Amino acid sequence: MKFSRIIANTGEWLCSDGPHRNIVVSSRVRLARNIASKPFPGWAKKAERIEVLKTVKSAVEQLPEMEDAYSENLEALSPLEKQVLVERHLISREHAAKGVGSAVIMNVPQSLSFMVNEEDHLRMQAICGGLQLEKVFGMINQADSELEPLLDFAFHPRLGYLTACPSNVGTGMRASAMLHLPALVMSDQMNKVINSVNKIGLAVRGLHGEGTEAMGNLFQVSNQTTLGEAETEIITRLNDVIEKIIEHENNARQLLLQRKPVTLLDQIGRAYGILSHAHSISSKEALNLLSVIKLGVDLDLFPDPHRLPIDELFIETQPAHLQKGVQAQKMSAEERDTLRATLIRAKLNSVPEPEVGKISIQPLGTPENDE
Amino acid sequence: MQCDVCQQKEATVFLTQIVGGKMQKVNLCEACSKEKGVNDPTGFALADLLLGMGAAQEIEKNPAAQRCPVCGFTQADFKKTGRLGCSACYEIFSEGLEGMLKNMHKGPEHIGKAPEAFAKTRKLDQEIRSLQSSLDEAVAAEQYEKAADLRDQIRRITAGSEV
Repeated sequence: MKFSRIIANTGEWLCSDGPHRNIVVSSRVRLARNIASKPFPGWAKKAERIEVLKTVKSAVEQLPEMEDAYSENLEALSPLEKQVLVERHLISREHAAKGVGSAVIMNVPQSLSFMVNEEDHLRMQAICGGLQLEKVFGMINQADSELEPLLDFAFHPRLGYLTACPSNVGTGMRASAMLHLPALVMSDQMNKVINSVNKIGLAVRGLHGEGTEAMGNLFQVSNQTTLGEAETEIITRLNDVIEKIIEHENNARQLLLQRKPVTLLDQIGRAYGILSHAHSISSKEALNLLSVIKLGVDLDLFPDPHRLPIDELFIETQPAHLQKGVQAQKMSAEERDTLRATLIRAKLNSVPEPEVGKISIQPLGTPENDE
Repeated sequence: MQCDVCQQKEATVFLTQIVGGKMQKVNLCEACSKEKGVNDPTGFALADLLLGMGAAQEIEKNPAAQRCPVCGFTQADFKKTGRLGCSACYEIFSEGLEGMLKNMHKGPEHIGKAPEAFAKTRKLDQEIRSLQSSLDEAVAAEQYEKAADLRDQIRRITAGSEV
C-alpha cells in the first residue's frame, strides 16, 4: 500500500463509533515482544538490528489481517511523514527518531500497527474509537497468537515476556485510553483526579504519552505495572477507573451548567469567535479552543453533525498534518500558524453560532445519564 | 536525611506511592525534585524515577555477574540506560533485578498470557500439583483405594507429557 493512501485517510477509528465516544477519544493496547537471545534494539549492532528486522517484518506481513498492509523501513520515510504517523498515534515519538534497522507496518484501516526495533524488537498496537479496551486487546492478542509459531519470543516461566526495560516485563502490555476532560480541568479537579489515579498504580499522561504536556484537555490513562497481574485483570481495573473518571467528568459538566452557565457560555463563545476569525494560531491554542468547541457539541450548543469535522480538526491542525498536502519545503512556524488559521476558518464556516438559549433552559439537578 | 538521587544535598521533598499494596518511598532535594519533574504530576511516575536510580544500585549488589555472556552487557550499561541488553540478561542479573521488579510491579510472578507450549506445561504442572495434594489427603485419611486411583492419574499425566 502506498503511503499517500495512509496520509489521505485519517484512519477508521477516528470516524467509528464506540461507547462513551464523546469523552473517550480512543482506546489502545500495545504489546511488547522480543526475539529470544537476540540483543535488544538499543544494545544491538546495526547488522543485528537489520537481521531481526527481516525476520520480524516478514512474519508480520504474513498475518491474514495485514493483507495489503503498508510496510516501510523507517529510513525511507521523511521526517514529515514520520511526524504524521506520530500525530495519529500509529508510531511513538521514540520510533520516529529511528532510521536504518527499524520499520513500521500497519493495516489498511490503521487500527493495527507494528513497530519493529523500537525499544523492543516488536511493539504492536491496536486502536479503536471510544471505550473499547477489551475489543482492542482481543485484536492485538490474536495477532500475537498468530505470530507465536512464526517468531521465537523471549519468554521466562516466572517473569513472562522479557522486554528491554524491566518496567514492561511480564505481560509487556500497556493499555490506555485518551480522555477529553474539559469540565474537570475548568473546575480545577484534574490534579485531584491525577493524584488518586496515580495512587492506585495507574498513570495519567499528556497527549503524546510520557513526559508530554496536556493539551486540548486530553489525557491518557494507562496501566503502569505489567508483572503480577493478568492482562484481563489489568484491563478490567483500568476500565473501571476510566468509567469512574467519565462519571466525574459528566458530573463536573452538570455542575458547570448549573453554577457557572455564564462562564461556560463565555468560554464557548470566545473559542468560536477566535477560531472563526483568527488569521494566525499556534497548535496549542488551536487544540485548547477546539476542546471547548467539542464540549459545546457535547452540550448540544452545536448540532451533532458537526462533531466529526471538529474531531478531525484536532488531528488536521497538528504541525505535520497541516503540511502534508503542501508540496513545498518545510514550512516555518509562522507559515504553519497562518495555514492552520485558514483551515480552521474554512471548516468552522459551516458550523453555526452556538445556540446559547439551550443552556438557560437546562433543568437543574438532573445528572446526565450516559449509559 | 540525604537526597536519594545526588546523595549530597539535604532532602526536602518526600514522596510515597502505593503500588499493589506495597509502599515506595523516595527522598529528594529541591534541585533533584525539579529535575525529575516531581512538581508536574502529569509527567511524573515514581516507578520511572526508581527505575533510573535504584535499579542500578540493586544490580551492583551482585558482583559475580559482571557481564552477560550472550550479549556482553554490563551493570554499568544498565546504570546508563535503564534498559537491559538481551533476554538472557534477566537470568544473569536476576539477583539484582529481583528487588527492583518487586518495587516496580504488582507481584513477583507473571500470571498472564504465555506462549502455547509454556501454557500447556504450566497447566499440566497445576493439574499434577492439585492431584498430588488430593493424594496426600487421601493417604492421610487412609482412603487407599482413592489414593491408588489418584496415583495412577498422576502417572498417566507424567507419562503423557514425556512422550
